[in-house]
Amino acid sequence: MVNSRRLHMLVCGGTGCQSQDSDKLVKALDLVLDKYGYKEEVEVVKTGCFGFCEKGPIIKVQPDDIFYVEVKPKDAKRIIEEHVIKGRRVEDLLYSEPAKHEKVEKQHDMNFYKKQMRIALRNCGLINPEDIEEYIAVDGYLALGTVLTTMTPVEVIELVKKSSLRGRGGGGFPTGYKWELTYRNKHDKKYIICNADEGDPGAFMDRSILEGDPHSVLEAMAIAGYAIGADKGFIYIRAEYPLAIHRLNVAIDQAREMGVLGKGLFDTDFNFDIELKYGAGAFVCGEETALINSVEGGRGEPNAKPPFPAESGLWNRPTCVNNVETFANIPPIILKGPEWFSSIGSEKSKGTKVFALAGKVNNVGLVEVPMGIKLRDIIYEIGGGIRGDHKLKAVQTGGPSGGCITAENLDIAIDYDSLTSIGSMMGSGGMIVMDEEDCMVNIAKFYLEFTEEESCGKCTPCRIGNKRLHEILTKITKGEGTEEDLERLVNLGQMIKESSLCGLGQTSPNPVLSTLNHFRDEYLEHIINKNCPAGVCKGLSNKS
Amino acid sequence: MKSLEELKEIREKAKKRINIRSGGEVEEVRILVGMGTCGISSGARETLNSILAEVNERDLKGVYVTQVGCDGNCHAEPIVQVKIPQQEPVLYGKVTPAKGKEIIEKHIIKGEVLQDLIIGRAFHE
Repeated sequence: MVNSRRLHMLVCGGTGCQSQDSDKLVKALDLVLDKYGYKEEVEVVKTGCFGFCEKGPIIKVQPDDIFYVEVKPKDAKRIIEEHVIKGRRVEDLLYSEPAKHEKVEKQHDMNFYKKQMRIALRNCGLINPEDIEEYIAVDGYLALGTVLTTMTPVEVIELVKKSSLRGRGGGGFPTGYKWELTYRNKHDKKYIICNADEGDPGAFMDRSILEGDPHSVLEAMAIAGYAIGADKGFIYIRAEYPLAIHRLNVAIDQAREMGVLGKGLFDTDFNFDIELKYGAGAFVCGEETALINSVEGGRGEPNAKPPFPAESGLWNRPTCVNNVETFANIPPIILKGPEWFSSIGSEKSKGTKVFALAGKVNNVGLVEVPMGIKLRDIIYEIGGGIRGDHKLKAVQTGGPSGGCITAENLDIAIDYDSLTSIGSMMGSGGMIVMDEEDCMVNIAKFYLEFTEEESCGKCTPCRIGNKRLHEILTKITKGEGTEEDLERLVNLGQMIKESSLCGLGQTSPNPVLSTLNHFRDEYLEHIINKNCPAGVCKGLSNKS
Repeated sequence: MKSLEELKEIREKAKKRINIRSGGEVEEVRILVGMGTCGISSGARETLNSILAEVNERDLKGVYVTQVGCDGNCHAEPIVQVKIPQQEPVLYGKVTPAKGKEIIEKHIIKGEVLQDLIIGRAFHE
């Protein structure tokens, strides 16, 4: 059927909504439509993540722009009877803004979406990720076709450089320069790797892109392959992402069949194919040299740099490793031009960033915002404020490698440099909101527990240093700490940062150092008065 | 895939199928069909589908056909309202499938209001 049916019901098929029975909801909708004889007029589409995970499962009805939240399979009958047959909204399934308690019908009127700007997530919640034709309908593979038929590799690299796109995995290295470095290292065999080893606790940006728009990553990898001179790409993805793996496999098969992966693409002599490599879930494998070792079948341990992968990477060939979200930005940059992209964002950070908003905020979910947006807007406008009208205490960005931002810095413009300047970091996009019921010592301990477990053990500062940091923090949360322990935390933390082999160790003390910097009083309260003001640490008194 | 042209051909075909999903993105023409019990029993579903077929046939961009509930004009069902940005909405009554096609042809494309079908100029949504 070529022509559109009159109503499209877009049902979120991301991991979050699927865990709440969105699959059953799709089946129920189809069943009821069939029963009432409306199957020819209404299309039920399973899309990628809408980002509004707080209120899943989500159904968006188009062209009406109506947004239903927390829809259960049993609601299918009501929605069909009311909305599809009689044209009436199902009032109680509409979203209600937390601040106003008013029902909002349309997605475009929801505060959660108003301040967002979707580039990397442009197709999530819009298309069926398991149908390559729907991706092509939204200009999919047009960038690849344009690049292959009208541009030289150097022109592609110059274009990406001009856009000022920086790596979205956490490092923030300019993508165009990375491509250029790999391009310059002449070799008969080079590789593109997509880093889909998303490991920050609570972060799911990359997973959602792969689940909701897998072709955008495949297309961008082929473009990168053409630019640097590689004919083979690997996606290193966690085995814990079964849905993303499934959708990638479907997408790769369809892309090969359609002839946008394989040999002689667009009638040129360019060949490109992609293979998946499953990771076992080690955090350190997000570090590119450890990742490469793991793809080769070795232990997931990092190597000293240099040599950088651009010189000697996978099987000692020049290799370019980019993150999922970075890739997802590439096709629109090619199609709309570098000027368009660099007109978005702040002075040194261009474009948008996807954040996984979590913690004590009303609208938990996935948000994509222009760089330079105020933290206040993310938390109070998009996020709908702090849960239960509690007070904001701090926001952790950058996960176990990052630091916390306090309420004083709410008006800071979010970009790579401003976050670094206040002792945190962009990281891959985890953003955990905390209120006065969160104990900062305990938070630091949580992250150290994570890095201690995830340290690969190759270098001593990280292996033993993080263990000691964790021990000292445990001591403090039990009320057994001393003031000297605070000095020890700082000294040891600095030492680990300066002497560790890879990014994991070089950043692992950040949560301790940052909380200690902003919340020294809370540490002292634990030590001197044996009191945990947040009431989290068991065995201590709880006076605020 | 042999050429950009081949890709664009697939794109145009697929676009028709999913164009409807951009509802709410930009300023758009909305055609609202009353689908209360009264509307349905007077044949609103057939009218709606005929309007939609005409929109598809003519490949009109930015024109969305939406169903709404009963607005109280049950005597004149099926009711169709045309909302064009920056223009006063027009309310048509007793719109048969054939009249529906005429609305697209005259009002939407040529900008000529079908005077004898008008029953009012206000509507809720």
